[in-house]
Amino acid sequence: MLFEGLKLEVSAGESVELRGPNGSGKSTLLRILAGLTRPHAGSVKLSGTETEAGLHYLGHLDAVKPAETAGEQARFWARYFGRDVAVAKAAMKRVGLASREAVPGRGLSAGQKRRLALTRLLIEPRPIWLLDEPTAALDTEGRALVAQLVEEHRASGGMVIAAVHGEGFPGSRVVDLATLKARA
Amino acid sequence: MSGSFAVFVRELKLAWSGGGGAALPVGFFAAAASMTPFAVGSDTVALQTAGPGVIWIALALSSLLPMERLFQADLEDGTLDAYASSGIAMEGVALAKTLAHWIATGIPLALVSPILWIMLQGAPEQGGIVAVAALVGSLAFFFFGSIGAALAAGMRRGGLLIALVTLPLYVPTMIFGAATLDAAASGADWVGPLMLTGSAALFGIATSPFGAAMALRTALD
Repeated sequence: MLFEGLKLEVSAGESVELRGPNGSGKSTLLRILAGLTRPHAGSVKLSGTETEAGLHYLGHLDAVKPAETAGEQARFWARYFGRDVAVAKAAMKRVGLASREAVPGRGLSAGQKRRLALTRLLIEPRPIWLLDEPTAALDTEGRALVAQLVEEHRASGGMVIAAVHGEGFPGSRVVDLATLKARA
Repeated sequence: MSGSFAVFVRELKLAWSGGGGAALPVGFFAAAASMTPFAVGSDTVALQTAGPGVIWIALALSSLLPMERLFQADLEDGTLDAYASSGIAMEGVALAKTLAHWIATGIPLALVSPILWIMLQGAPEQGGIVAVAALVGSLAFFFFGSIGAALAAGMRRGGLLIALVTLPLYVPTMIFGAATLDAAASGADWVGPLMLTGSAALFGIATSPFGAAMALRTALD
């Protein structure tokens, strides 16, 4: 059992930081919220429009294909979500990969792969973002970019639940999973 | 719907990039058939007797080769997480990926099968029947194989499990497919067995995406 007794309600425009030591269940909780892992007990409820609009889950794996160029991968996600491929180009520019369009996935650094994963958030607007250590492998500028994306997302009524170590996002609620575990 | 179609197009491109995914299975298929004369002797009648069986065994095993990587790479690099959490049906992903890999690998296998048939002393005028039977048969083999591929995706060295799970599912296709070639070679009615091979393929296409999707969801859990 990783944790029990967790009750968390997140409303539009809010961001939540999941904190706790390694192995305290931050990633597992995010996977449960994303519908990938079934919880041992308990449930996740979405209300209103979020149910159809869906969510974005960015795990610690970046879903980058080594043989495909960065630009092609962004265009793939645009087609996947039924968007115009032009949004892929704009998203690439936003995350600072405009000059890396023609580089295959295997030629990207860890930080660049993470930036490429972030384009999914921009290509398809979805109200709920579940981010697992989104700033891992990113440089100072990249961390500022993520903070800014989160800020903009909240301003437009979105919600963010992120597992973080170290610096978090300003104005977020903090949920410490270590305290829950102590009760278990 | 746009999601599954985008996955299909992507898989087709990925299967052809990086040296062509068909090279190993097609090479294996050709090698198995061209080794036969060394094993059974160069006697024409012996080769004609062995031909249909050799072609179908080689086709089944060649179709198994690409299965180990069918879902494994997507699971390892987080792509399946992204697909599953975005709300797309995993059945659609399984169907799109299997169909794309069959087009990239199964069709080339069917295209070389008439050459192997002639090498095994089959009548050249029956080459067309052989190609059509191999086309239909490989379709069945790829779709039944996708169930094993999905079950083994989360395992290291899952190849043995794929073979164990999949080979029993291959048996009906194998029987009908080899019967098609036997009938064609002996001048009997080959349409009936070919239809049965086709029905095995349709059964595989209709059912395997559900089995594969169920296995993939468990692998993500």
